[in-house]
Amino acid sequence: MRQIDPDFLALPLRRLADAALQRAHDLGAEYAAFRLERVRSETLRLFDARLEGSMDADDLGFAVRVIKDGTWGFASGIELTPEAAARAAEEAVRVAAVSAPINREPVELAPEPVHADVTWVSAYDVDPFNVPLRDKVELLGGWSSGLLGRVDHVSASLMQVKEQKFYADSAGTVTTQQRVRLHPVLTAMRSDGDRFDDMRTLAPPVGRGFEYLTGTGWDFPAELAEIPDLLTEKLKAPSVEAGRYDLVIDPSNLWLTIHESIGHATELDRALGYEAAYAGTSFATFDKLGTLEYGSPSMNIVGDRTAEHGLATVGWDDEGVEGQSFDIVRDGTLVGYQLDRRMALLKGFGRSNGCAFADSPGHVPMQRMANVSLQPAEGGPSTEELISRVERGVYIMGDKSWSIDMQRYNFQFTGQRFYRIENGRLAGQLRDVAYQATTTDFWRSMEAVGGPQTYVLGGAFNCGKGQPGQVAPVSHGTPSALFRGVRILNTVQEGGK
Amino acid sequence: MSERMSTPQETVERALSLSRADDCVVIVDEGSSANLRFAGNTLTTNGVARSSQLTVISIVGQSSGVVSRAAVRPDQLADVVAAADQAARDAQPSEDARPLAAGASTGDWDRGVEPTTIDVFRDFAPALGESFAAAEASGRRLYGFAEHILTSSFVGTSSGLRARHDQPTGRLELNAKSRDMSRSAWTGVATRDFADVDVAALDATLARRLDWAKRRVDLPAGRYETILPPTAVSDLMIYLYWSAGARDAADGRTVFSKPGGGTRIGERLSDVPVRLYSDPAHPGIECAPFVVAHASSREQSVFDNGLALDATDWISGGTLANLVQTRHSAELTGLAVTPQIDNLIMTSPDGGRSLEEMIAGTERGLLLTCLWYIREVDPQSLLLTGLTRDGVYLVENGEVVGEVNNFRFNESPVDLLGRLTEVGRSEQTLPREWNDYFTRTVMPAIRVPDFNMSTVSQAN
Repeated sequence: MRQIDPDFLALPLRRLADAALQRAHDLGAEYAAFRLERVRSETLRLFDARLEGSMDADDLGFAVRVIKDGTWGFASGIELTPEAAARAAEEAVRVAAVSAPINREPVELAPEPVHADVTWVSAYDVDPFNVPLRDKVELLGGWSSGLLGRVDHVSASLMQVKEQKFYADSAGTVTTQQRVRLHPVLTAMRSDGDRFDDMRTLAPPVGRGFEYLTGTGWDFPAELAEIPDLLTEKLKAPSVEAGRYDLVIDPSNLWLTIHESIGHATELDRALGYEAAYAGTSFATFDKLGTLEYGSPSMNIVGDRTAEHGLATVGWDDEGVEGQSFDIVRDGTLVGYQLDRRMALLKGFGRSNGCAFADSPGHVPMQRMANVSLQPAEGGPSTEELISRVERGVYIMGDKSWSIDMQRYNFQFTGQRFYRIENGRLAGQLRDVAYQATTTDFWRSMEAVGGPQTYVLGGAFNCGKGQPGQVAPVSHGTPSALFRGVRILNTVQEGGK
Repeated sequence: MSERMSTPQETVERALSLSRADDCVVIVDEGSSANLRFAGNTLTTNGVARSSQLTVISIVGQSSGVVSRAAVRPDQLADVVAAADQAARDAQPSEDARPLAAGASTGDWDRGVEPTTIDVFRDFAPALGESFAAAEASGRRLYGFAEHILTSSFVGTSSGLRARHDQPTGRLELNAKSRDMSRSAWTGVATRDFADVDVAALDATLARRLDWAKRRVDLPAGRYETILPPTAVSDLMIYLYWSAGARDAADGRTVFSKPGGGTRIGERLSDVPVRLYSDPAHPGIECAPFVVAHASSREQSVFDNGLALDATDWISGGTLANLVQTRHSAELTGLAVTPQIDNLIMTSPDGGRSLEEMIAGTERGLLLTCLWYIREVDPQSLLLTGLTRDGVYLVENGEVVGEVNNFRFNESPVDLLGRLTEVGRSEQTLPREWNDYFTRTVMPAIRVPDFNMSTVSQAN
C-alpha cells in the first residue's frame, strides 16, 4: 500500500492540533477543527520543444475553524509551533466575535461518525515529484519535436500536484491523507496564411502518477501522431451552417457540459442562495427535489468521492466526513444534491455526503463538487452505433470554450473537433461550431447514452467557486451520448463577420 | 531546529548570500487578508489569513531555475536556495536570458511589514449590520463579499537591486435581491482601506434599481443600442489587455496579429480617439512600479525582475500603440519594452458625459449592470461570449422604464472599439467578472449602437 511521505508525517501535526483545539475549547467554542496542509505543485511549459518556464512551489500552513455562539470564525497561520496554533485559535474566536453582529442564522452541523486516526492515499504508482525535471522536459520536448515540421508551433505543459492534509476536530476525528494528480497538455498550431487554428490533446487530467505519461491510462504517442493531419483537415474544413442538428457528443467534450449544467446546478449551497452574489444560484431549487424532470429517462447522474483516479476522490472530506457515492439524477429526475455538514442539517438530510473542500491552508472549507458522472447504459451502443442513428448532425470531440449563466440555464460550448454526420456516417470536419441550449431542454433531448465501452473520466484542475476564490480539481465520467435537435451557432457569424 | 521566522529583508539577504549560482533573484511576498461573506442579510463565512512565500530564481549561464516555498524557516533556507541552484544547472538555456536589472532601491526597504487584520472592518461591519436590518425591513436581501488584502513584495538581486512594494487591495461586492428573488441588482467598489466605503449609500442605489425592475419588459435576442457601464467595460478591456501579448501577436495567434506576419501596432482600432493605458502612479489605483515575475512565460520574464515600469499607452488616440512585452519579446518584435502593469485606465479626450447624462440622452436602448461568465470563443477575432447579470434596463426617451430579461452576448472588445459611438466620463470601478485577479481600473461607460445579444437567458 502507498504510504504518506515521511517528511509530512514528521511535521508537528498532533502537537499543533492539540494546542489549537484545546485553546478553542478553553475559549468556549462549541466546535473546532484544525487542518494542516502542504500542497506541492510543479508546472512546466515548453514552446517549440524548448523550456519556456517552470515553477516548483509549495503552500504550507494550518487553519483553525470554530463555531462560537453559533457563528463561524476562521484563522490560518504559517508558523508551525503550538504557540502559533493556539494564537490562530484565539484569532478564529475573535473573528467569530467581530462577525456575530451580522450573523442571523446560528450555525449547526450534521452529525458524522468519529473517524479516529485514519489514513488514505490516492491511487498512483510513480510520484511525479521523484522524477527529475530534465526527464520531464526531455519527454515533452521529444513529443513536441515529433510534431514540429508537420505543424508551425507546439506548446506543451505539465501540471503536477501533491496534496497532503492532516485534519483533527473537537469530536475526535483525525485523518491524514495524500493524493497526487497531473495534467499534461500539448497544443499544435498551424496557419495557412489567412487562417490560424490549433488543436489540443484530449488526454484528461487524472488522479494518477507519472506512469500516466509512460503508457498507463493514455496512449500519448498514438494521439499525437494523428494531430498534424487532423489540424490540417480542420484548417481546410468548411464553416458550419447555423441551425438545429442532432449531436453525438464524445466524453472528451461532454464532461464539461456535465460539470457546468449538472455539477454546479446540484450544489445545495447554490440552490439555497449562498452563492447568489458570485457563482450564482441554480434553477434546480430545493422545492423541485424529487420532481424536476432534469433530463430524459436515460439520464442517471451519480456524485461520488470514491472513483479510482478521480480528481475529487478522497478518503474523508475537509469536515471529517467519509467519501461516499450518491444519486443526483435517477431516470431523469432530480433526487439529490451535493452537501456539506451545515447544508445537510439545514435541509434535513441527516448526514453530509462529504463534499467539503478547501484548496489551501489559508481558505475555509466550503461545499465543492464531487466527481459528478453520467452513467453509461449496460449493454449500450458504441459511439459508432450512436452516429449511425443520425441522418444530419455533428459529432463533437474535446472541450474548448464554455460559458453558462448564473442559474445554470443557458449555456454555450465549443470544442476541439467537429465532424459533419450525414446518413449515419462521419463526412469530414467542420469549423466555427458552438452549441447553445437551455440545460433542461438539452438533457431532455438526450435520446441515448453509450455503453460502458465508451465511458471516459474527464475533468479539470481548476473549478472555481467562492469568495475568496478557490479552485478545486474534479472529474466527470461520461459515455458518448446522442442529443436531438440542438442549436448550432456559427461563431464567425456571431462575431458579425 | 529554529522555528522563528526571519524578516523578509533578512531572508532576501541571506538567500542571496547562500546562492552559488552566477546570479540570483530572491522574491519574498508577505501577505495578510481578512474577509466577510454574507447572504440573505446574514454572515455566511469569514476569516483572516497570513502567508509568506519565498521564491528563489537562480541563474547559471543562460539558464534559470525557480523554486518557491511557503513559510520557510531560517534552517530551511539553504535547502531552498540549493534546489534553485540545482534546477538552474539542470535547465536548458533560456531564450529570455538577459542581464539582471541594474542595482537600485525602490520603496522603503527597511520598514517592517504591518499585516491587515479583521479590525479593518471595525467600522464597516456594524454599518453592514445596519444595512442588513434596513434591507430586511424593506423586503430586500443583501448578498456579497468584503475583502482586504495587504501584500508586501520584496525583490532583491545579486546585481544589487532592492525593490519593495506594499499593495493594499480591497473590494466590496454588494448584491440586493427582492424577497422572492425575482429582482436583483449589483454594485461593487474597489478600496485601499474600507475607510471610504459607504455601504448605506450603495444599498440605496441598489434599492432604486430594484424599483426600476418592478416593471418587466421581455425582449427577444437581437442587436440593440446598449450602454455598457464602467464595470462592464472594465471586464471587456481587461480581457483585451490580457490578450495583448506581443509574442503571441507576432506568432500570428491573436487578434493583434497582422495577416501575413507582424503585429497590428499603428493600426487604428477606433474612430473615437480613446486612450487605454496603465500607470503605476495613477492616483487611487497605485500599483507596483517595477516588474515582479515569479516564473517566465510568454508575457513575463524572471530576468526582468525589478525593471522600472512607466506609464504605458496600449491604445492611443484610437490606435494600437503598444503590446505587453518582455525585453526578449521586445527584441524579437523590434518594439519598445513595455511590460505588464497591474492597473488599467480608459479615457476619452473630451472627458465624456456621466452615465446619468448618457441615459438621459438615449432615445431607446438597453442599460446593462454588468457582464458575467465571459469566455473566449475565437482568439483571432477575440470573440467573447458571456451573460448579462443583475439588471438589464430598457431606456426610452431618456428614462429607465423597466427591466428586461437577461441575454447571452457574443462580442469582441476589439470590434466594439471600432463600433462604439460614445465614450463617457471615466471613474474608478470594480470589474464584476475579473475582480479576483484585477481590481485597479478607471473606466468610462460606452455606447454601442448594435450590441449582439445572441440569445435570451432565463436566469433572473
